[in-house]
Amino acid sequence: MSAWPDAVAVVALYGAVAAFVLGLGWRCVLWLRTPSRRRIALTPAPRGAAGVLGSLLLETLLFPTLWRASPWTWLFGWLFHVGLLLVLLQHLRYVSVDWWTWVAWLAAYGHLASAALLIGLAGLWARRVLIARMRWITRPADHAMLALIAAIALSGVAMKYALPVDVVAVKSFVRGVLTLQPQPMPRHGVLLAHLALGTALIALFPFGKLVHGAGLWLNPTRAQADDARERGARHRG
Amino acid sequence: MAASRPHRAEPAEQEALGFPPRRVADWHARAIGRMGELVADNRALRVAMDACMHCGACTDKCHYFLGSGDPLNMPVARQELFRSVYRRHFTLAGRWLPWLVGAQDLDEAMLERWYSYFHQCSQCRRCAAFCPVGIDTSEVSMAAREIMAGIGMGQHYTEQVIAKVHATGNNLGLPEPALRDTLAGLEEDILEDTGVPVRLPLDEAGAEILLVTPSADFFAEPHVDGLIGYAKVLHQAGISWTLSTVAAEAANFGLFVGSQQHTRRIALRVREAAQALRVRRIVFGECGHAWRVAYNMLHDLAGPFDFLDPAYPVPQHIVEVTHDLLRRGAIRLDPAANSHRRVTFHDSCNVARASSMGGVPGGQFSLPRALLRAACQHVFEMAAGTTHAHTFCCGGGGGLLTDELLDLRVKGASPRVSAFAQLIEREQVTHLVAICAICKSQFAKVLPRYGLEFDQVLSLHQVVGDALVMDRA
Repeated sequence: MSAWPDAVAVVALYGAVAAFVLGLGWRCVLWLRTPSRRRIALTPAPRGAAGVLGSLLLETLLFPTLWRASPWTWLFGWLFHVGLLLVLLQHLRYVSVDWWTWVAWLAAYGHLASAALLIGLAGLWARRVLIARMRWITRPADHAMLALIAAIALSGVAMKYALPVDVVAVKSFVRGVLTLQPQPMPRHGVLLAHLALGTALIALFPFGKLVHGAGLWLNPTRAQADDARERGARHRG
Repeated sequence: MAASRPHRAEPAEQEALGFPPRRVADWHARAIGRMGELVADNRALRVAMDACMHCGACTDKCHYFLGSGDPLNMPVARQELFRSVYRRHFTLAGRWLPWLVGAQDLDEAMLERWYSYFHQCSQCRRCAAFCPVGIDTSEVSMAAREIMAGIGMGQHYTEQVIAKVHATGNNLGLPEPALRDTLAGLEEDILEDTGVPVRLPLDEAGAEILLVTPSADFFAEPHVDGLIGYAKVLHQAGISWTLSTVAAEAANFGLFVGSQQHTRRIALRVREAAQALRVRRIVFGECGHAWRVAYNMLHDLAGPFDFLDPAYPVPQHIVEVTHDLLRRGAIRLDPAANSHRRVTFHDSCNVARASSMGGVPGGQFSLPRALLRAACQHVFEMAAGTTHAHTFCCGGGGGLLTDELLDLRVKGASPRVSAFAQLIEREQVTHLVAICAICKSQFAKVLPRYGLEFDQVLSLHQVVGDALVMDRA
């Protein structure tokens, strides 16, 4: 059996992770190096750093602003993100050692997580097509990103419920990648698609709108405290 | 509203502000270059370029979109006029696969769209309040206007106003003798009305408070009744105060055109006046964007203020002063004087989403209402979602309070006026109370277009002043 597909897969994986880490690092450094000279906290805003941290955490976990803006978008958006998080955490089974029992516990609810992910995704995509305002503002890249995520999600679901993969072989392959002792990659068409698309997504992540989460944390409108008069000048000159 | 655009600044007006008199030959290169500089220097602007998901949460939140139905007035679409050009020149995808990410060139047509649509944004931040990642269209709007002014495409109204402040100390170009005369007239009116010799001091050194108030307070209705209200309150509380010809203007139109330089120059007048008059406190009158600038930026632009009394925040809002006096019992209000009025409070956008009062989050909502409730027994609230942090802009802010934009202003006022009209029907409310000079002017002009009366808008300190128990000679 030829070994070059394995080599390509390994190189692609390493490359994608490197692109993700370096790219996200570059993006954050770029934001951090861009000054935030003026006080533009979006009021009412917390008065101190602790309050700002709490507000940002709440925003990240529950999306309260989106709820106030559009409850339906919140429903699909939140379901999608929570489903995605749980599904991603379950992937730790491919690297986990036996004592990470919580991953196994999560896997017991895998079907719920997958359902949340797919329902959320479907809703988010449907509104881009069905609502006139959304059609007006949606660009090809927005559809492309949804298509990419959908393909990854559907191929994953297919493997879980319809076209089983040799999990032991996948685990061995992943462990091999992580320990720099590459193992043969299982020759499973849907798995290859899942890995290829997932690799692409990881590599592209820092360069598109998927960085919106990090953007929230570094956006002065949300990350500044309302303490203008107490703290005086933010920037002189 | 593609046909909506404000008058262009004249060459002389541009030059007076340090901008090129006419469109420069290399305008494209200059615009793109300036865009790069602005994004590299403003984190909020950079995040706005990078983090927008096109989720659409903002699309139905802008009063100009709701009033006009023009999709380019959806905040994300308005930002996209700028962002699409940014992507074209500053991102790989924008350069190599523009169709994929909606990248656009800054051609003549796009430039005209910029001029039209960035002057269909009042920089009110309502969109930012609904954006899951806090993207602020006002930052994009200010940047776009700054770029346009820099290539010779400034707005006549805002530039004329800025030039007037530089020349005379106020937005109206009111010279000192006229101001003194106006104030003397108001003193006579108050004496006639109340029998109390309330003064409106001008340039009186050694006063405790320097009051910096929008120049509209000197002559426009209902603004001037607010000024009379401040004077009555300060007289009754026995606090010495003064206005200043050097800083006869709270408003700071430098904000609207994204010009740090002009915003600073205007703000420095306040410092100059405070020092020259040896006051101990600086207090701002009822003006929305003025308070946005003063509250957030006065220290940055014109500080340090170590020559002022450290017992008081710098600056204060007249609402904070009056509220504190009322709380301490230094003044008393008799709401019976306002028994003929059934009122509701309009949260001005800049006060709501770009400031605070009283040292507590949300003080900008609760302090004015506390005053209103003490001054009037019949206070009602407009529908949830139209007030407080989600208040609808009056539609006249951000440098758009001009006649040639009246159609836009009328449409932009629609959500707020609808909420007011609904309340009128439900509770027979008679008046809308505001603490912003632009809101007052805008409503006075626009309410009649909706079958309401121009004098249904009142200054908060007018209502307070009417209820004030005046027993000090």
